[in-house]
Amino acid sequence: MIHSLFLINASGDIFLEKHWKSVVSRSVCDYFFEAQERASEPENVPPVIPTPHHYLISVLRHRIYFVAVIQSEVPPLFVIEFLHRVVDTFQDYFGVCTEAAIKDNVVVVYELLEEMLDNGFPLATESNILKELIKPPTILRTMVNTITGSTNVGEQLPTGQLSVVPWRRTGVKYTNNEAYFDVVEEIDAIIDKSGSTITAEIQGVIDACVKLTGMPDLTLSFMNPRLLDDVSFHPCVRFKRWEAERILSFIPPDGNFRLLSYHVSSQNLVAIPVYVKHNITFREGSSQGRFDLTLGPKQTMGKAVEAVLVSSQLPRGVLNANLNASQGTYTFDPVTKMLTWDVGKINPQKLPSLKGSMNLQAGASKPDENPTINIQLKIQQMAISGLKVNRLDMYGEKYKPFKGIKYMTKAGKFQVRT
Amino acid sequence: MSASSAFNEEKGGSSSVGEPEYGHDPASGGIFSSDYKRHDDLKEMLDSNKDSLKLEAMKRIVAMIARGKNASDLFPAVVKNVACKNIEVKKLVYVYLVRYAEEQQDLALLSISTFQRGLKDPNQLIRASALRVLSSIRVTIIVPIMMLAIKEAASDMSPYVRKTAAHAIPKLYSLDPEQKDQLIEVIEKLLADKTTLVAGSVVMAFEEVCPERIDLIHKNYRKLCNLLIDVEEWGQVVIINMLTRYARTQFLNPNMNESLLEEGSDKTFYGSDEDEDEEEEEKEKKAEAPMAKRKPYVMDPDHRLLLRNTKPLLQSRNAAVVMAVAQLYFHLAPKVEVGVIAKALVRLLRSHSEVQYVVLQNVATMSIKRRGMFEPYLKSFYIRSTDPTQIKVLKLEVLTNLANETNISTILREFQTYIKSMDKDFVAATIQAIGRCATNIGEVRDTCLNGLVQLLSNRDELVVAESVVVIKKLLQMQPEKHSDIIKHMAKLTDNIQVPMARASILWLIGEYCEHVPKIAPDVLRKMAKSFTNEEDIVKLQIINLAAKLYLTNSKQTKLLTQYVLNLAKYDQNYDIRDRARFIRQLIVPTEKSGALSKYAKKLFLALKPAPVLESPFKDRDHFQLGSLSHLLNAKAGGYQELPDWPEAAPDPSVRNVEVFALLERVTTLTSVPEWTKCSSREKRKEKRVEKPFYSDSEGESGPTESADSESDSASGSEMGSGLEESGSGSESEGSEEGSESEEEEEEDEKDKKKIKKDLKKPVKESESEQSSEEEERKHQRKSDQQKSDSESESDEESDSESSQSESDDSDSEADVKKKKKAAESKPPPKPVKKDTKKEKKEMSLLDLDDFEPAASPQVTPVNSFLSNSLVTDLEGLSLSDAVLSPANISPCSALKSYELLHRIRGEGLSVEYCFSRQPFSPDGNMVAVQMQFTNNATSEAKNLHMEDVKLQSGMRVKEFPEIELLPAGETATAVMGIDFCDSTQAANFQLCTHTRKFFVSIQPPVGELMRPVFLTENEFKKEQGQLMGMNEITEKLTLDAKCRNEHTIVQRVTTAANLSRVPCGSDKECRFAGRTVTSGSLVLATVATKEGGAAQLTVNCEKMVIGTMLVKDVLLALTQ
Repeated sequence: MIHSLFLINASGDIFLEKHWKSVVSRSVCDYFFEAQERASEPENVPPVIPTPHHYLISVLRHRIYFVAVIQSEVPPLFVIEFLHRVVDTFQDYFGVCTEAAIKDNVVVVYELLEEMLDNGFPLATESNILKELIKPPTILRTMVNTITGSTNVGEQLPTGQLSVVPWRRTGVKYTNNEAYFDVVEEIDAIIDKSGSTITAEIQGVIDACVKLTGMPDLTLSFMNPRLLDDVSFHPCVRFKRWEAERILSFIPPDGNFRLLSYHVSSQNLVAIPVYVKHNITFREGSSQGRFDLTLGPKQTMGKAVEAVLVSSQLPRGVLNANLNASQGTYTFDPVTKMLTWDVGKINPQKLPSLKGSMNLQAGASKPDENPTINIQLKIQQMAISGLKVNRLDMYGEKYKPFKGIKYMTKAGKFQVRT
Repeated sequence: MSASSAFNEEKGGSSSVGEPEYGHDPASGGIFSSDYKRHDDLKEMLDSNKDSLKLEAMKRIVAMIARGKNASDLFPAVVKNVACKNIEVKKLVYVYLVRYAEEQQDLALLSISTFQRGLKDPNQLIRASALRVLSSIRVTIIVPIMMLAIKEAASDMSPYVRKTAAHAIPKLYSLDPEQKDQLIEVIEKLLADKTTLVAGSVVMAFEEVCPERIDLIHKNYRKLCNLLIDVEEWGQVVIINMLTRYARTQFLNPNMNESLLEEGSDKTFYGSDEDEDEEEEEKEKKAEAPMAKRKPYVMDPDHRLLLRNTKPLLQSRNAAVVMAVAQLYFHLAPKVEVGVIAKALVRLLRSHSEVQYVVLQNVATMSIKRRGMFEPYLKSFYIRSTDPTQIKVLKLEVLTNLANETNISTILREFQTYIKSMDKDFVAATIQAIGRCATNIGEVRDTCLNGLVQLLSNRDELVVAESVVVIKKLLQMQPEKHSDIIKHMAKLTDNIQVPMARASILWLIGEYCEHVPKIAPDVLRKMAKSFTNEEDIVKLQIINLAAKLYLTNSKQTKLLTQYVLNLAKYDQNYDIRDRARFIRQLIVPTEKSGALSKYAKKLFLALKPAPVLESPFKDRDHFQLGSLSHLLNAKAGGYQELPDWPEAAPDPSVRNVEVFALLERVTTLTSVPEWTKCSSREKRKEKRVEKPFYSDSEGESGPTESADSESDSASGSEMGSGLEESGSGSESEGSEEGSESEEEEEEDEKDKKKIKKDLKKPVKESESEQSSEEEERKHQRKSDQQKSDSESESDEESDSESSQSESDDSDSEADVKKKKKAAESKPPPKPVKKDTKKEKKEMSLLDLDDFEPAASPQVTPVNSFLSNSLVTDLEGLSLSDAVLSPANISPCSALKSYELLHRIRGEGLSVEYCFSRQPFSPDGNMVAVQMQFTNNATSEAKNLHMEDVKLQSGMRVKEFPEIELLPAGETATAVMGIDFCDSTQAANFQLCTHTRKFFVSIQPPVGELMRPVFLTENEFKKEQGQLMGMNEITEKLTLDAKCRNEHTIVQRVTTAANLSRVPCGSDKECRFAGRTVTSGSLVLATVATKEGGAAQLTVNCEKMVIGTMLVKDVLLALTQ
């Protein structure tokens, strides 16, 4: 399946290579570089590039291209999904997945890649199993290792692979038994010029951080499970139980994991938390444009809208912007023409606004498109769909765990067309 | 001493230097010499007897390998450490070994003995890792050793080692393809493995080594289907893809009906299919032949098994798994069922952009074939300005494919926004898309054309050029109407510089010069002027234009043409010179010119067919979706063609598992072995696997999902009955099973009873209905003969007795069996009896009709016969369910039934429906609608089913299982579920028989949109307190004379609305509570009586519309 993997950084250097079958010369990446040149933007490099003898399937994450070389038919999503899993694992191990982090931990990276694929076919991709095999580096461990010469590689054998619950490592012990669940919802919306919603949907996830001793069997039930329109589960969730009773029943992996992602669609249910009043105009023949933006809370159910960040890609003709923010700070990058305004919290009494003028290139004609406005925001302690966890029960273990549930709403791909 | 201190120094130095040395990549010069030196260090370190030094050295070596630096000269030093005790050193040595063994074959052999020793280790994990490394060393000499190791490992005790063996198979195969035959043997052995751990890996080996040996799968097919859900996700992908191919070779096309019907040859089709069916079934059961005649297409139960077992995987977090299931459904499922994948695919669009890219490509292909599937998700394909261009273009493709008469206006509005985008490539693609919409949908052609013409005045040249090209294509469809547009475009020649656009304009003017007789010569004049400065394609079009004008209007253009041709004659491009020469010969008559010039006009001004603008994704579905080949639209190496459906299904019995052949002969219910196997597996999966299998038999008769839900009593009873019947032949095994499940179900029932008692339903009728309905499926056979026995309407008794009666039942069941056995030897009702016996014996997986009656309370001849013969045996038993029996045949009189289809309009078929007020088990949000079909015609009706459901948004329908046959004069009932979304909007659908379709609609009275809930008085008051103000509706009324006592009030209210009574201290007030079915909003009703028949009705409900309507209905019920 996957023959080789090349890691390429933003400046086009191959800084890591790994082969699972016979060695493929790194010159195969030239085809990739060619495609990269042809693409105007980094994200426009086609994920699948055919070459005379191989196929290159790549993903771009954290400004690193992960290029897999394959030789014969394989479902492209298989490879793409695997590469993303590799990145997730690196992130899990090193905190960040940057070129520097990978170079600093090159041996661990190599050991991980060795375990994740056998002859190009995924072997162990569950982070719980991998962590049993190869311990993630910590500052303390690095120091101890240098002094004592001990290793990152786990002494015990990977028994997790043999277990009936392959996602959970064995012999977990904690003094404080805790289970935290974060219900995070993102609103994806397109708002048109007049402020009416073109499309809006809610994508939610439940991320869990479970630190429980032994083999706990958890059930999580919702007050209103019918809200969930489409769901996908971590493999630990018992599907039949959900089908029959709409209850999440599972033996959790140890540590952080994504329990569930869901989708709430029906348009009318989606509350739009902010509104934008905008007036962006360019006059014909004049080298000035007007920019006027006001934000206000809309349907927030009494919760504060925080961490608001407005960004907009201004037309190419704009040279500079002289704006005045009533709150927060704005920046305008004259190279990328990206305007960002860090608003912070919206005060309903005094609505934040950004007003001023833009300078256009002299003589250039008026741009024919007004920029779209992207908004990021956060609302704490609320899931905008109204989803509520009813209760969390634990079976199979004697102790009483500490349980916590947090709700949060964010803006996902939230765009306002002007 | 000194040496060790030197090492220490060395170590300190290297550990501090080692990492940073890597940090700044020393690719610059001067490195070679130091590299050599460092290699010497490394050798020394590797030779030392300190693990820490070795480890340090190995780390540096691995870092070198990672960078792609050559470290092969260290091979001898490294390979010595293969037996090192330190695990990490060992692992890194393995890494090194696998990387360089190919280059240093002889030296690599030194390590082999270590691995051979490892293969014998008592620890399974060490055995596995030894095999893994051994098989990864690509050295041809050790092929025999590898072969031996793999063979041994394939029969290892540990599934983990067996998995490793499966992984090793493709490695060996790629090293030495000669071993194929032996490897296939190993694969065959491993395919029979029953653990989930091995399944994925071995199928992967199968796909790489011998994908053509589809026959190896037969015996393992059912096992793979059942294991699938528990296999790790990567294995799932491989298995699903393989099974898709397998199914294509083994089963019949589930859509064959439709495709043939479309061609209008249904008659012949039915005929031929009968033959097929008979042929296929003859081997097993001749008696079933008449049954086969009834159904034109029967899905193989194994086919169904695959579809059902893969469906839950649509919920996987792994995009590849979801895609694999989606393609399986697309290629294998009946048309009506393919829709389920749309939602999951749309979900994937939220993922990383690479995932989006692949998914959108596949959606684009699917949306051409099955547009309806994605239409509800149209808005999910709307484009955001932040999407990468390649995603934008693909989304545009999907939007264009989805466009039809109804949604085109929204799509065009959306396109309008896109045209203003800053991303010019995307704008160009949008214009193309508009062009395609215009050609596909006649209604909007003019609108689109106008829009595009407006774009001609756009400031961006690229936009204008693209529009010109598209307009040209559109105009070709109806040029005569649009001469003004052609004129407008002619003017643009002054401004547009993009060659393709200029060429298009010139071609248009030339082609339709008779529509613009005045302008055309003028354009030619201008062009002649600038000829030398034009691009090649423009020049060619200028020559074309000149030629055409010369032919139509030689007076004005003769000189111009001459001039242009002369210029072209000396052009640098030989194409242009050639063209000029050839055209001159053709159009200018000279003495030398040949016969062809006569036809010049015909040649040049022939009517050209309008171009068809079609999607680049058309016909891509001949590649298996989700595959690399599909994505590239070219066959990738190793791609396995997706075979076409076979004409006739190959023998399905090949999938029967041998071990159970003996058992099969008796029962022919191959499910039994599957079931028993599964039960030994993990507890939580037990039910999952076992139940679906049975429901399979039922799912066959129609897409009912009910059986999947575990608490469903109906499916339970079906299971029971199914097994009983089959078990009758096979003695203990089957019957045990049967009684077991019966017991289980009994418990269920008891539980339910308990709950019901707690609830203490106020209305007696409804209670008896409830229980009767529950019982009815179960006892339908018996009830038939007991119907006559007793009609006592004592519901409390029935409640308490029913559980007892059940145990009686199982007793009687046993009796029945005994009797049957006895009957065999007894002659009296001989002929008929034998028949039944035969039918029972020959019950097989394929004829599921026999199970079906259990789903619909229609009494089949088999059952009625049985009951007749047993009537004497059962005489002594007074079964309480007899009380309930009337409900089996017709819905209880207390339920109002409505007419769905009148006898006259339905040509003899009349259908009534009532709201049974039962919880609809497959989906709690649905209202159960019981339908009663009566065939008043003289001929039988076949294949009663529903189609083409038209619903308001949000509403959903669960169709009733298809009724295969309704003989003349017979009656059948079926239950369907409708989620009305708490509105009284009608559900419209078509009721289809084998000959006719009837448009019908079901509109619920508001009272049926709720289900009763139990509240205490205090809770009621509390809830009522919260639903004040707008949510409260009060109405004064005068009670009907007959309706002044409490009992009748309760009765009338509960008849009008599905509410339950709330206990209440005062006898002046009756309170009722319920919840709406879909949203679960509380509905509270209070009737307060005063003297003289005056009363006040109060309804509290969050949903005001429902409240108002309910008030109206209850008012009507109370005052009539």
